[in-house]
Amino acid sequence: MASRTVTKDIITLRGSAAIVSEFFGYAANSILYNRGLYPEESFVKVKKYGLPMLLIQDESVKSFIANVTAQLSEWLEAGKLQRIVLVIMSKATNEVLERWNFSIETDSEVVEKGVSREKSDKEIMREIQAIMRQIASSITYLPCLDEACKNHTSFPNYFNCGVFDVLAYTDKDIAVPFTWIESDPKLIANPQMVKLHSFDTKIHKVDTLVSYKNDEWDEQ
Amino acid sequence: MDEGSMGSSHKRRALWLGPLQEQVPKRKSNRENLDRFIPNRAAMDFDFAHYMLTDGRKGKENPSVISPSREAYQKKLAEAFNMNRTRILVFKNKPSTPIDPIPKEFLSPSSPQTKPVKQRRHIPQSCERTLDAPDILDDFYLNLLDWGSSNVLAIALGSTVYLWDASNGSTSELVTIDDDDGGPVTSVSWAPDGRHIAIGLNNSHVQIWDYTVNRQLRTLSGGHRQRVGSLAWNNHILTTGGMDGKVINNDVRVRSHIVETYRGHHLEVCGLKWSASVQLASGGNDNLLYIWDKTMASSSAPRQWLHRLEGHTAAVKALAWCPFQGNLLASGGGGGDQCIKFWNAHTGACLNSINAGSQVCSLLWNKNERELLSSHGFAQNQLTLWKYPSMVKMAELTGHTSRVLFMTQSPDGCTVASAAADETLRFWNVFGTPEVAKPAPKAKLEPFAHVSRIR
Repeated sequence: MASRTVTKDIITLRGSAAIVSEFFGYAANSILYNRGLYPEESFVKVKKYGLPMLLIQDESVKSFIANVTAQLSEWLEAGKLQRIVLVIMSKATNEVLERWNFSIETDSEVVEKGVSREKSDKEIMREIQAIMRQIASSITYLPCLDEACKNHTSFPNYFNCGVFDVLAYTDKDIAVPFTWIESDPKLIANPQMVKLHSFDTKIHKVDTLVSYKNDEWDEQ
Repeated sequence: MDEGSMGSSHKRRALWLGPLQEQVPKRKSNRENLDRFIPNRAAMDFDFAHYMLTDGRKGKENPSVISPSREAYQKKLAEAFNMNRTRILVFKNKPSTPIDPIPKEFLSPSSPQTKPVKQRRHIPQSCERTLDAPDILDDFYLNLLDWGSSNVLAIALGSTVYLWDASNGSTSELVTIDDDDGGPVTSVSWAPDGRHIAIGLNNSHVQIWDYTVNRQLRTLSGGHRQRVGSLAWNNHILTTGGMDGKVINNDVRVRSHIVETYRGHHLEVCGLKWSASVQLASGGNDNLLYIWDKTMASSSAPRQWLHRLEGHTAAVKALAWCPFQGNLLASGGGGGDQCIKFWNAHTGACLNSINAGSQVCSLLWNKNERELLSSHGFAQNQLTLWKYPSMVKMAELTGHTSRVLFMTQSPDGCTVASAAADETLRFWNVFGTPEVAKPAPKAKLEPFAHVSRIR
């Protein structure tokens, strides 16, 4: 590990909320690409977090993610967001196959008193980079989303084997915006869970966990 | 495998290390310890393991023997620790999936989230008016009260249907049906046009009347074999629910009126409500709540219902579709259940369930605010106003001296009329004062809406 940089940057509540919601946007895109939910051709490469990150170009998905991250950012600033979950369901049966769970711990002192914290931007980037790498490598152990996926070699070919959705766990006392509705948690029964790295902006701490349906092929 | 990840080769370990263990200090040892079959002694908690292997078992032998007080205590503890304070939300406008080129869904304008500036309105604690309702049947399963869109309220007292004109307060008698002719009356329901009214009878017939000319237009018979306790209109379709458990869609314009029969309930159908679109909710004495979809052809599907919901432990009579949130249905259970449950009618999921404390006879949504009104039985016989979705009690209106069996609301959405077995019909201005009947202004911007957005 390189020696820790001495300079620390000031992080405000709004800045931290921006970092977390931006992270979620990129992570969601990465999951969509790596899990083969949309065809490879619909993604373009951009540089972010020191890595080549893939972003989807399809307008409806782009605006969906943009709307969601904008709302998440608002809730993060209010300190009301507890976690974000990206669920992947089977297109045919609507059964939940995977849950990417991002739990958020908010420093309530910052929300209440408006103080700011200090942490090196570079270090936060490094932590996020580690998580992004883990998401990309997750395809080596996550079960195939569909029978047809089994034919792929390295990256899955273009299949619409799954649909995705985003759940936001918020405090009960928020005003529900008109574009959001209540939902059930869409849990998986007896899931396998893998905990990934976490990152911390000193205001919001984000833990990542992926749980997936037990695939018979994976049983050792 | 990339550096330091708790990946597949260690997934077994990830499970049994316990959910709250901090993973950071363990990374180093993982790198040294790449063989998954050798457990990491430093990470094992022997005391805990020993406990779980020996004493822990005993505690789990009789999981069913939890006394009700202990259950209530655990529930209170969970609430105190804020386990119930989470809401789960999804964004409405979903993206399109690949392959099938679905036309792009309507994109919601990214308008700043507006919070209308609301003053706390005053909810009068006593009823505004009381009318006499002698001989009203004290039967939980009937639906004897309805307020039509022409501002006329209809109530069935025994064998007679009375009409009360809300604009001038005059009362008139529509019809009396003796026991020989099919009475007493078991349900009343105004058609959407406010002019025609359906009257369900004890002998299983349903009469359709035009109140403006005071004339009976037709009788629907042959569908049910026992009394018709619940009615619901959907344009020209009158849906009837009977004691025989059948739910029948009748087209009142056509000679052979039976269009469709829904089978599912095996006991009396006491609650029946159409949503604004194509779904019908039916609640029965068999504790079941069914959701039927008008567009589902009965011949193609082996079963006819869209959802069969089993949450309640008593008769489900109180049903109400939410006016401001599509697909949201509220249901209330009878004396043995006492719960109000919220359902997503599209997926069939139960979103929330709260114990209201006494038998729930009826539910009404406020069209102007996000509130729900429920009417109850023993012991307080009150009407409770809940804030939605927090389910905080905003008001409890008492006055009735026996269970408040029937409730209906005025066409302007301000006044609620309730009738109880104490033979009174009471009017409450619980949803707002009649003069100020405007919905809360949605276009008002909260002053700091722009500042909070990140651009």
